[in-house]
This record gives sequence, C-alpha cells and structure tokens, in this order.
Amino acid sequence: MSHATTDTMRQYWELEPHHHPEGASTSLGFWVYLMSDCLMFAVLFAVYGVLGTSFAAGPGPKDLFDLELVAVNTAMLLLSSITFGFAMLAMGKGDQRGTLRWLAVTLFFGLCFLAIELYEFHHLIHIGAGPQRSGFLSAFFTLVGTHGLHVTFGSIWLVTLMVQITRTGLIPANQRRMVCLSMFWHFLDVIWIGVFTFVYLLGMI
Amino acid sequence: MTYIRKFARLPWLALLIPLAACKAEVLAPAGDVAARQRDLLVISTLLMLLIIVPVMVLTVVFARRYRERNKDADYRPDWDHSTKLEFVIWGAPLLIIITLGALTWVGTHLLDPYRPLDRISADRPLTEEHRPLPVQVVAMDWKWLFIYPEQGIASVNEMAVPVDRPVEFTLTSTSVMNAFYIPAMAGMIYAMPGMETKLNGVFNHPGEYKGIASHYSGHGFSGMHFKAHATDEAGFDAWIEKARASGGTLDRPRYLELEAPSENVPPMSFAEVDPHLFQRIVNMCVEPGKICMAEMMALDAQGGTGLAGTMNMTRLTYDKDQRRGTRAPVLGWEPFQVASFCTPEDSALMFGKSPELARAPVDMTPMRGHALTPPKGPFTPSQDNAVTLLDPAADRARNF
Amino acid sequence: MATFSNETTFLLGRLNWDAIPKEPIVWATFVVVAIGGIAALAALTKYRLWGWLWREWFTSVDHKKIGIMYIVLALIMFVRGFADAIMMRLQQVWAFGGSEGYLNSHHYDQIFTAHGVIMIFFVAMPFITGLMNYVVPLQIGARDVSFPFLNNFSFWMTVGGAVITMASLFLGEFAQTGWLAFPPLSGIGYSPWVGVDYYIWGLQVAGVGTTLSGINLLVTILKMRAPGMTMMRMPIFTWTSFCANILIVASFPVLTMTLILLTLDRYVGTNFFTNDLGGNPMMYINLIWIWGHPEVYILILPLFGVFSEVTSTFSGKRLFGYSSMVYATVCITVLSYLVWLHHFFTMGSGASVNSFFGITTMIISIPTGAKLFNWLFTMYRGRIRYELPMMWTIAFMLTFVIGGMTGVLLAVPPADFVLHNSLFLIAHFHNVIIGGVLFGLFAAINFWWPKAFGFKLDVFWGKVSFWFWVVGFWAAFMPLYILGLMGVTRRLRVFDDPDLRIWFAIAAFGAVLIACGIAAMFVQFGVSILRRDRPEYRDVSGDPWDGRTLEWATSSPPPAYNFAFNPISHGLDTWWEMKQQGATRPTGGYMPIHMPKNTGTGVILAALATVCGMALVWYVWWLAALSFLGIIAVSIAHTFNYNRDYYIPVSEIEATEDARTRQLAQGV
Repeated sequence: MSHATTDTMRQYWELEPHHHPEGASTSLGFWVYLMSDCLMFAVLFAVYGVLGTSFAAGPGPKDLFDLELVAVNTAMLLLSSITFGFAMLAMGKGDQRGTLRWLAVTLFFGLCFLAIELYEFHHLIHIGAGPQRSGFLSAFFTLVGTHGLHVTFGSIWLVTLMVQITRTGLIPANQRRMVCLSMFWHFLDVIWIGVFTFVYLLGMI
Repeated sequence: MTYIRKFARLPWLALLIPLAACKAEVLAPAGDVAARQRDLLVISTLLMLLIIVPVMVLTVVFARRYRERNKDADYRPDWDHSTKLEFVIWGAPLLIIITLGALTWVGTHLLDPYRPLDRISADRPLTEEHRPLPVQVVAMDWKWLFIYPEQGIASVNEMAVPVDRPVEFTLTSTSVMNAFYIPAMAGMIYAMPGMETKLNGVFNHPGEYKGIASHYSGHGFSGMHFKAHATDEAGFDAWIEKARASGGTLDRPRYLELEAPSENVPPMSFAEVDPHLFQRIVNMCVEPGKICMAEMMALDAQGGTGLAGTMNMTRLTYDKDQRRGTRAPVLGWEPFQVASFCTPEDSALMFGKSPELARAPVDMTPMRGHALTPPKGPFTPSQDNAVTLLDPAADRARNF
Repeated sequence: MATFSNETTFLLGRLNWDAIPKEPIVWATFVVVAIGGIAALAALTKYRLWGWLWREWFTSVDHKKIGIMYIVLALIMFVRGFADAIMMRLQQVWAFGGSEGYLNSHHYDQIFTAHGVIMIFFVAMPFITGLMNYVVPLQIGARDVSFPFLNNFSFWMTVGGAVITMASLFLGEFAQTGWLAFPPLSGIGYSPWVGVDYYIWGLQVAGVGTTLSGINLLVTILKMRAPGMTMMRMPIFTWTSFCANILIVASFPVLTMTLILLTLDRYVGTNFFTNDLGGNPMMYINLIWIWGHPEVYILILPLFGVFSEVTSTFSGKRLFGYSSMVYATVCITVLSYLVWLHHFFTMGSGASVNSFFGITTMIISIPTGAKLFNWLFTMYRGRIRYELPMMWTIAFMLTFVIGGMTGVLLAVPPADFVLHNSLFLIAHFHNVIIGGVLFGLFAAINFWWPKAFGFKLDVFWGKVSFWFWVVGFWAAFMPLYILGLMGVTRRLRVFDDPDLRIWFAIAAFGAVLIACGIAAMFVQFGVSILRRDRPEYRDVSGDPWDGRTLEWATSSPPPAYNFAFNPISHGLDTWWEMKQQGATRPTGGYMPIHMPKNTGTGVILAALATVCGMALVWYVWWLAALSFLGIIAVSIAHTFNYNRDYYIPVSEIEATEDARTRQLAQGV
C-alpha cells in the first residue's frame, strides 16, 4: 500500500527507526524497589527505637552484645562490598575470569558474615535471650535477622549470577544483573552501618 | 466564644427538630462536655456549609446551563486558565480551614479529656465544693467494672454519679483494646491493657443513660453495655448504700474469677474492694507472683537485670484454659511470666501510697487552657496525658 | 463459636474435619459456589477454551489483557463483598427486641471483617490497578509497561491473595478482628485459630503483587512516555496514577513489615504488639495507619484523574487549571503521610498532638476543594454531553462534597470524640469510597469500555444502574449518619433500643436498591455484549467520545503493540491537537516492533505462593517449605531464560493497520 507522509504526520508520529536501549528501565526499577525495601527497614528501625529499652526485666544490650565479634562481622560485610566493587571494575574491563574471581571472594565474605551472625543468634538463644524474652530482643532479632535474610538471598543470587556468567559470559543482560546485584549488596552494607551504629554501638553506651 | 456559641444555637435547634424524636444523644446530650463537643460539631458544619452549599449549587447550575442542547450558553473550548479564579479556588477553602483550624486548636485543648473540668455547665463555674468524683473503670471480657475508690465499692455493668459533680474516670482494660463511651455525658476514650487513660465529664440532668463499649473487642462485644445513672446526691448515696449492702468483696482471687470471659452480664456490685486492685490491674500483676509493669519498667530504666534476667521467668500456669490471651505460639516458647522481684514489703511501699490525683491549676481564660500554658513543641504530650505508672524507686507517681 | 483445635499432625497440620464450617448459610453458599464453579469449568472444557485462556490471557504479558483481568477479579470479589454487606444490613435490622438475629457472633464478626478486607484489598485495589494498567501505557503512548513479566506476576499474586481469603469461607474461618486486625485482639492468645492467619497471608501474597505493580507503573510513567511528553504534558489521569503509585511504593512496605511483625508475634511468640513483656499494641495501630491513610489516597487519586478526563472530554473543553490540578495532587500525596493519627484521636495522645493531626487533615481538604472547583470551571462555558461517564461525575461531585464535609468534621478532635467508631464514621467513609471511588470506577468503565472492547455500553441499563445506585446509596447511608448522631457505634450485632430499628430498615432498603443497581450493571454488560455488532454500539473510529488524550488515537480495541508508530507530544491533549492539526495516522513504512513474549512463570510462581500461604495458615510445614523452595527454584530457573522477546513482523503490522484503515473508511 502506498502512503504519503505529510509534515503534520511527521510532526506527530515518530516515523524513523529509533533505538530503544534494552532494559533501560531496569536500574531505575530496581532502585525504586530498593527504596521500598529501605522503608521496610525503616519500620524495623522505628520499632527498635520504640522497643529498644523494653527489656521486660531481662537482659539488655550491654549484657548480650559482644562488640568485638560484631566489629569482625562488620569488617566482613564491608570487605565484601569492596570486593564486589572490584568485581564491577573487572566487569567494566570485560574480564570475565576476574569478575568471577572477585564474586567468589565476595561470596566468601558474605558467608563469613552470615556464619558469625548465626553464631551470635545461636549463642543468645542458647543462654535464654531468644526473641520471645522481651520486646527489645524481638526487635533486635527481627531487625538483624531481616538483614541477614537479605544477605542470604543476595548470596543465592550471587551464586546464580556466577553460574550464568560462566555459561553465557558478560552479555548485556548479565551486566545489567551485575549492576542490580551490586546496588543490592551495597544497599545491605548501608543498612548494616545503620544497624551497627544504632543497635550495637548505641546499645553499648 | 460565648457569642459564637449563642449564634450557633439557633441553627442547630432547627437541625434538632426532625431528630428529637429519635433520641439523637450526640446532638442533645445531658452533660456539659458532650454539649460543648456538640457545639463544635455544629459550628464546624456551618463553617463548611459556607463552601459546600455554593459548590453544590454551582454544580447543578453549571450542569444545567452548559448542557449540550442549550446553544445559547457561552462555549469556549480553549479557556483553561484564570489567575483570579485560581486565587479564589485556593483562597476560599484556605480561609475556611484557617478559621476551622484555629477553632480546632482551641477546642481540642479546652475539651481534652485529660483536662480537669473548668465549669459545671455553661452558666455555672467550678467552685471549691465541686470536688471531682474519682471512678476507676476496667474494660473486661465482656463487661465493665467500675471501682469507686473513695466509697470503697465496685459494680459491674452499672454506674451512678451525682448530677453536677465532675467525674474523673481512670480507665484501663484487662485483655484487649476497648473504648469507653457514654454518649450523653462526654466523648469516648480508649481503655487499653497495661495502660491508663483518663476522661473528665459531668452530668447536668438526672436520668438513666446508656454507656457502651465502642471499640470492637471480640465475640461478646455487642452485649457489653451498661447503665449510667445520674442522680442527686441523695440518690447517689442510696446507690452506694445498696452496693454496700449487697455484700461480696472484690479481692484479687475474686477479680481473677471475674476476669474470665462472660457475655451479657447482668449488673452486680461488691461491698468491698481491694484498694490496690486497680493499680494492680493497670500494672498487670493481679496474678500472684507476677512482676508489676511499674517494677519492670523501673528495672528496664536501669538497663534491665543482666543475664540473670534470662532466669526470672516462671511458667504461666494460672487457669490457662479459661483465660484469653495465654495460648502458646506454634513455634515459640510456652507462655511465661516474669517473676516478681520485690518482697511483700516492697509491694506495700509501692502501692501503699496511692498517688494524689494530679490537680493541675486551671487557667480559666478560654484561649489559654490548662494544656496550652507550657508552649512545647507539637509532638511533646502535655505531662498528665502520658501513661501514669508508679515508680517504686522514686516512691511517687511518675510519668513514663 | 465453632469448635477448633490447634493440635497438629505432620501431614495436614491443624487441618481436620473440624475445619469445615457448621453454619447452614455457609453450606448453602458453598453449594451455590460449587455448582457455579463446576458449571463454569465444564463450559470451559466443553468449548475447549482452556488452551485459549492459558495462551491468550493467563500467560499474557500485554498490559491491556492484564488490566482487564484485574477488573474481572475486582468484579467477582465485589459480589462477595457486597453479599457480606447485605448480610450485615439484614442482621442489624433483624436483631431487635431480644432477637439474636440470624447470625451468631462468630459468623457476624467474620462478615464485617471480610467485608472491609475484601472491598479494600480485593475490589478497590484490583479495580484501580487494572484501570491504571489498561489506560496509563496508552495515555503516554507506550507499547507496554516497563516490566511486562512482573506485571503478569503481580496480577496473579493478587489473585492468590484473593483465593486465600475466599478459601477461609469454606475451610476454617476468617479473622474476627475488624479489617485492620488490631492487636492484642489479633494476637495468638485472643484469636487462636486460623482466622487472622488467613488475613495475614491473604494480604501478604496480594501485597507483594501490589507493591511490584506500583514499582512497575511508576517506572513506566517515568521512563516510557512518548517523545515530547514532559511531566507537565502528561494527561491528568497519568499524573494522578503516578502519585498513587508513589504512595503504593512508599506505603505498602510499611503494611508488609507490620504484618510480618504480627506474624512473628503469632507464630514465634515475639513481643512486638503483646500487652506483656515489653510489647506495645499502640505501635501496631500507628504503623498500620501510616500505611492505611495513604491507602485511602491510593484509592481516590486515580479516580480524581478519571473525573478530570471525563469532565474535560464531555464538556468539550480543555481541563481548567491543569497545573493547579497537578499541584493539588502532589500536595495530597505529600500530606497524606502527615495525618495518620486522626484515626485514633481517642487513644489519649494529648491535645497538642491531636490538634496538629486534626489541622493537617483539614489542610488536605484545600487541594481537594481546589480540584472540585477545577472540575466546576471545566464545565463552565463548556458543551456538556450527558453520557453515562458524565452522569457518574455529576453524581460524584454532589455526593463527595458531603463525604468531604463529614470527613473534616471527624478531623476536629472534640467532634471525633463523640463520632469516632460510630455509624457516622461508617457513613462518612462509605460516602467518600462509594461516592468517590466506586462512582469514579463506574465512570471509568463506561468511559473506557469502548476502547477496550470496540463497542459502547448500553445506555438504558446504564441509566437504570445509575439511578438505583445513587438513590440506593443515599438511602443506605444517610440513616447511618443519623444513627451515628444517636450514639450508635459500629460492629454491633444486636440492639436493645427499638427506636433505632426504623433507620436500620431504611438502610437495609437502600442496600436492596444498591443490589438492583449492581444487577442492572451486569445486565448492562450482558446486553451490550449481545448487541455489540449493532452500529449504534460499535466503535469503529477508536474515538467514540471525541477524546483528547492518546489512548483515543489508536483503534478500539488497540492492537497488541498499541501504536504502529510512536506518537510525539507537543503539549497537553495530544490527540485533540492531532485532530485539530489534521495529523492523520501513517499508513505505511512500518518497522518490526519489539515485544515481550508471554510466559507462564508468573502463574506458576503465584500458585506456589498461594499454596505456601495456605500451608502456613494450617501449619503444614512440609508443604510450606516445599512450596517456598519451589518459588526460589522457579525464580532462578526463570532467570536462565534469556529469550524473552520477539519482533512483530512488518507483514503482521501491515495486515492489522490495513484492516483499521478499511474500518475507518467504513465508519466515515
């Protein structure tokens, strides 16, 4: 069918082929998701703020927290953030093996963090300071535990992504996922800094 | 204010005509507080009608005038802005809201349920002889318990107060949230477990009024209402005497029996009441061996009890099948309670000195109510509105 | 009260024969639903529609089909929610003079809880989500939403939540706590059986869908607008949807977390909202209303947009004060976070706090009032065509102002002390939700139906429905205002005072009128579908109302790709401008269009989530664990599929567009 384009037509309809970058919205969408996740943590922080001194005649933070252990734990998570940064740099250079190597190091630190946290939880529950004991402990376990769950899912994602990069290489889809996971991982770091400051450090004063 | 109120009285009378037949207690109450709340309701309605009526009229007029078939009407398809109109559009509601906001600020402070009354009715100020009558109210499953600390009696699902005497209700609940509401007397206020709320009110006309639970609290909720008698002093004394004659003592074991859920409970009364009972209910330590909230909070304020605090828990065995609220969560521990730390002597010290019911000075100038005097930030609650608990360490009532 | 037991077995958790309700009413309902369900399934099988449904609808990632499915879900749930309403009206008019009525408290308390939950979460929310899904991409000249797979998944999660909620009718019980499940009443001690667990998992599963769809639409509006369409050139419905989705993204996480905390209290025995051991029930009430008040505006804002579009279209005039409308919407969005405490002035917060929140609440009425005036002045000097959408709009304007007025009254704390929890409050929020949200939805259905299906809705039955609804609404809710002023509070099951009865009778009569209105609406749909080929119903132009925005620039129903060429916007009301300029649509030179592929993953994931929710309700731990692992496994497997899109070939586009050209020629 023949057709004639007029100027008004050209003015109102995009007649030339144009390039839509694939997945252009993904990082924004993921960013918005992180903000909504951030709100969940905001609720948990607020709840901790309200219940943080409700010990129900039970133990308080000074009796329970081991700041040295938490400092080691924090170091693990911060290091994992740095190594994720190195993985991103390697990806930027197109170095697939380097990326995978740094991701593995990140995973190692993440798992260390989780192991230390599990140890801490186990210890607390073992001495009778479980989440049921008081409002303070409920809020503590939920806030720290939710963060830990995020790290767990981040680790599962990380393993998945490592397999995918091994199989298909650093294709744009995988690069996009790397960007998202890196945002997620750094986000968890930021949340942890909040936890470390408001829960552990302030609790020990 | 009085001028505005007089002005407001005429239109609401007109409103009342069709409603008079149907006992609109909110519009024609028997107590000064509810009457002032009603006044505010009516004034706000009138203020808003100032803008609502024109909007509704304009809607109908425009809808008719600019209908498609009316070809005489002006048609300007591209007219979409007028700064003057925009100014009116935003300005008119703004003015109404500024007025209403000022009214709200003043009215909310004057009619704060925590604020002791400053008058008996519109034409009678409060004098020295009008000592408020303290009444302690407990919302139970599903009935109301009234304790008269001065008279030393208690009643269930029935209360009486003298006409023209301010009443100071102190409320709490045993199990779940509820709200205490006598529509003819004053507004409602929540009654919450482990917490204490306050309500000040007065009856100006004798009669028998309905009192209700106005916050859903479970299956027996519909039957949870009571009669509020407003009588003269003699009638009130007679009612007290009747309660005294009924015999029965409301002590801690009897209270725990009463606390078990029951529905549609007929009125009953007790000749004697454990004088510390209400404080124990608020502090959730009526059960033997259980720590009182005040003690717990005092310990918490000192940073808890250390690792020893993981061992001061005892099994909650007290008739647990009977009571609501003691079921074990499927994945958690069995319900437990924290054991009381203090000796009987400590308890006596704690409850021996009931707090003098706080009598803050009332500033009678209408614009500067009692709660207005200390100009704090909008988020700081005025002192006596906070949950009042006893602090054994300081040996006095303390606001947490 | 029903007998129940929390004794668990490994295989079935706490599910046993006692879980089957004993009430004859429930049995009768079950029989009717079962017969209807079996008939529907049989019909689908007989006409071999399963494959078609699965391929064309269930697995579709087309925003238009998902939008329609959302609205179908909302309509089905609306019938359930309304059945609850009419049962309550009947009970309240029955239970006088010593009569217990026909519902025991166990049943009645579930009904009012379910009515609230269903109407808000499974009627209003899917309705507006569906509407936004259908209209927004068309209005901004996009071919789909940003994340089409996520859109499909969100829809099925909403369905999953609805399924869990509906299952409570025939298996166990629903919550008996009121629609917001305030603790301690909703704690394990006071609600020991499955009711509150159904509530929690129903809302959580649906809540995931709502949050994701909020993110999706937000990003769509930010990223997928047609070239030239700046924020201040977006159609007003898109603007209000944008703000509603901001509210969704910024408030639903709060609900999710609050419910998680309640879940932990119930399952693990934590002390967030308990009376004892340091818990604080007031915290729940604050948190839930921090979600709950923005939720009100999530519901109403998109409908404000609908009324703006309808008023301007049927007045044949530009919207008066577009930028003032936009600012008003943004004001409402921000302010909606500063008012939550007005839901519990009676909790004893103190005069200064109460008046602060009272005044912020009143301030919201300023932008809302400005919006009303803007609609008024859009009508002013217009040429108003009284089609059904416009009739609903006028009804809305006259009804909503009353609801707005009583709302401001309730924001005056001393007045709230006498009206809180009363039937006055019930009348108020039904006045704004029915008069605002529902009337708006009906306007929207009548307005966009021709776009979605290619034919208009029947006017006669539409008017019958309209008048039954409007009269029925006033008859049903004005008595509640009066009862509220008589000091009657909500959620009561039996009454003593015989003077109240007449008002309840009028209200019940109003509910019957509304039932007729609903029936007439379904008749309207049926009649229109039967007569869809008649010329007076048929919409060949794609622009049956002389519309102004881009959705009217394409055919009715639009092709899968919406627009063969991206439209370019140069101002507000782009389609109107195109018509004025005579910018005809191009009829050749097509290019292949990049589109997402359909996928069944969303259905599978949501089904697993539903099973997981049901297993958690009944403490069937092995099934919960298994389905949860299933969710993770399927999600991971889905990420291994890189082949998710395809190109619509030029030949297919040419065929579609040529058919449209012929159709347009016929129409002229």
